[in-house]
Amino acid sequence: MNPLFVNLEPDVVDWARAQFALTAIYHWLFVPLTLGLALIMGIMETLYYRTRKVFWKDTAVFWQRLFGINFAMGVATGIVLEFEFGTNWSNYSWFVGDIFGAPLAIEGIVAFFMESTFVAVMFFGWKKVSAGFHLASTWLTGIGATMSAWWILVANAWMQHPVGCIFNPDSMRNEMDSFLEVALSPLAVNKFIHTVTSSWIIGALFTVAVGCYYLYCKREQRLALASIKIGGIVGLVACLLALHSGDNSAYRVAQVQPMKLAAMEALYQGGHDQALTAVAWVNPFEQPDYANTQEPPLRVALPYALSFLATRDIHGFVPGVNDLLKGGYPRPDGTIEPSVEEKIQRGRQAIGDLKLYREMRASLKGAASDAAMAAELGALTQSLQANMPYFGYGYVKDPAQLVPYIPVCFYAFRAMVGLGTLFILFFAVVLLVAYRSDLTRYRWLLVSAIIMLPLGYIASESGWLVAEFGRQPWAIQDMLPTWVGVSDVKTGSVMLTFFLFLLLFSTLLVVEVSILWRAIRRGPTYEEEA
Amino acid sequence: MTYECLQQYWWFLVSLLGALLVFLLFVQGANSMIFTLGKTDRERRLIINSTGRKWEFTFTTLVTFGGAFFASFPLFYCTSFGGAYWLWMIILFSFVLQVVSYEFQHKIGNLLGSRTFQCFLVLNGVVGPTLLGGAVATFFNGSNFLVSKDNLVEGIGQPIISGWANASHGLDALLDPWNLVLGVAVFFLARVLGALYILNNVEDATVRQRCRTALPRAAAPFLVLFVAFLVRTLLKDGFAYDPATGVIFMEPYKYFTNLLALWYLPVLLLAGVALVLYGIGRTMLREHYVRGIWPVGIGVVLTVLSLLLDAGLNNTCFYPSNADLQSSLTIANACSSEFTLRTMAWVSLLIPFVVGYIFYAWRMVDRHGLRQQDIDDEESY
Repeated sequence: MNPLFVNLEPDVVDWARAQFALTAIYHWLFVPLTLGLALIMGIMETLYYRTRKVFWKDTAVFWQRLFGINFAMGVATGIVLEFEFGTNWSNYSWFVGDIFGAPLAIEGIVAFFMESTFVAVMFFGWKKVSAGFHLASTWLTGIGATMSAWWILVANAWMQHPVGCIFNPDSMRNEMDSFLEVALSPLAVNKFIHTVTSSWIIGALFTVAVGCYYLYCKREQRLALASIKIGGIVGLVACLLALHSGDNSAYRVAQVQPMKLAAMEALYQGGHDQALTAVAWVNPFEQPDYANTQEPPLRVALPYALSFLATRDIHGFVPGVNDLLKGGYPRPDGTIEPSVEEKIQRGRQAIGDLKLYREMRASLKGAASDAAMAAELGALTQSLQANMPYFGYGYVKDPAQLVPYIPVCFYAFRAMVGLGTLFILFFAVVLLVAYRSDLTRYRWLLVSAIIMLPLGYIASESGWLVAEFGRQPWAIQDMLPTWVGVSDVKTGSVMLTFFLFLLLFSTLLVVEVSILWRAIRRGPTYEEEA
Repeated sequence: MTYECLQQYWWFLVSLLGALLVFLLFVQGANSMIFTLGKTDRERRLIINSTGRKWEFTFTTLVTFGGAFFASFPLFYCTSFGGAYWLWMIILFSFVLQVVSYEFQHKIGNLLGSRTFQCFLVLNGVVGPTLLGGAVATFFNGSNFLVSKDNLVEGIGQPIISGWANASHGLDALLDPWNLVLGVAVFFLARVLGALYILNNVEDATVRQRCRTALPRAAAPFLVLFVAFLVRTLLKDGFAYDPATGVIFMEPYKYFTNLLALWYLPVLLLAGVALVLYGIGRTMLREHYVRGIWPVGIGVVLTVLSLLLDAGLNNTCFYPSNADLQSSLTIANACSSEFTLRTMAWVSLLIPFVVGYIFYAWRMVDRHGLRQQDIDDEESY
């Protein structure tokens, strides 16, 4: 190793992870509302365009105003995330930048410019462009934001299930060999649908909550009821789509990230005919003793459901944490899963082969010696590529490093699924009452709607926690653990930026909530009354 | 296209994005003068609303510049961002503050007060261009980083392939006076562009008069600092590499010989400088001329493009290392694979379409300049 390199401090990995988690969690507070409101205000403005009733324009303008307050924070937190791949995960950026950089660049060229161009027309163009052009701008703003979600989720899905790439020992990195495999990976498609539909739920919950607040205060009743109806329909449809895509997501996770599924279920010992845990006691403050425990205490489970969810067969085999560590069970394709010890050995073999390959390549002097060493290099390359699927395991010192923190995965998964189910019921009841009765008579329902909004954010952030905590310790599944992907930066520097971001984003969040609250209390402006 | 052509094509695209970014820094330049150009609250809001209709373009260009660098030259992305940690973090913090300042500064319920957010805009207007300019200067003057790809297989515990050679994490770039010269030059250039943009975009006699006063005060230091940097760069030794072996070495007058070797570079440079001087001069001499932003803007794009191409083409190291010469980055050793560059080249064909709709939408919203009554609209900042 180059002696000039400063010694990397172990804590820097944890602080880099904490900083990325912090900025991603904050970013994910604002983006779902952007995606959700974009659809809802698009529908409202379309109604204005078709009916030319000023009421719909006033309604659309009101929601666009709230959209704008939230939009700025989404943009502000987003730029940090993009550059953090370089600032805090520089090794990662080199090791897979050939693949990972492409979706980020396409996101900028295709999505961000569309979003930023047409959002300006949407805000400032009411008196300057035609109604049709304005409507197109509103939809294009939403489409741009959704396309942005597509490309960043392609990138995220690739980290969870790397496809369409091959390792190049000469450049010492992974290189893309199929753009379509990366861009249209089934995991990416499913992740996109699940993430976007869950964002529509947040937009719907926000619309219904604000509408119910107005009804509770006995004001803006026409706008509130119309908004609740649109929000309710969007919310119910989005919940059903999220349910379907969530089921598909869990199935995909079972195929490509079985350890994540085992952590989500606190499944220590797997097997056939596995039940899906509804509730159980998992100590939230410590990693359970999975090696010596059969199952968590107080477990209530649905028989066969986990096997069906993971394999589409009620008798299917689902590996638990210990099965994954010990290996030896048959995979769906008939091969036998190697043990973690074997994977670590193969990973180290790959690293050793790569080192030898580099040394031999560096020693090549001319055509004659090249030819003499060609066979040896070829054999090394073959051995390297055979062990490459386990490359990341070569950096693992203890198998326990490969088990994600189970309590977070377990409880976050239950919060997401439980609240998601509650939202289906909630939207169904709201729509039933809104269409069949007088919502203002059901004050408990109006209060419930307001309570649902923070629960929506808890469900949304829980989904992110399941996805990202569950894949630990991998920055890229099986290929690169987090401690190999990090930058060579002092712990103190990352700690300082962590607290600066915490202070900055928390302050700005408080300001944004205050502005949103005042804008909601102030209410819409009616053009017809002016 | 061959792999070499694709590398040059992507260096051109990244340079073009960088050049457009420098032009779009007129947003930061105008914001740095909020309190100079606007003495009353309404005048300040005029300026903020004027730049507030364009900030997304600067911001998006910055993000796309980062994304395009990541996709096409990932070794630069990892080395510069991971190494010059503090330089980039300060730039990021200033842009985060800028984004929210527009939306929040005039809203009811804004807990920090309008003036706080206006100060944030000024901060971004000063820090953003200065540090971006300083960062670009390192393309010519070098940085203190090390790259060793073999670290990936040498240290099982901490196999990091690139790092900064000292604990400053990028702040040492500001200790090089020539980096500071370009940084401050870009800051004054942003103010020149900002004054010209406001002059053209805001239909208010008082504000326009102040823009005319501010223009020479920014143009004079910009021209002095820029000419000093340019002359020094053309006369100094440059970082070159042998394309056959990849070995990096110092070559006398490298950046000047690049201009001689690549005929289109001096054409771009001279045309750019002429347009900048023409735009500034005509605006200062003709009382009713307000469209100086266009020749100066085009001139800035051409000038910056020629300088960035000079830094990367003709076997030149675009990101040289002062700590270890052989760690320097070139478009050949820092680029993505041929497959990725080719795939992304197809994607880049969308750029003219993107530019087209931006131009169309911009014209639709900006047909008339901003007037006092416009800031009374509900949606105004």
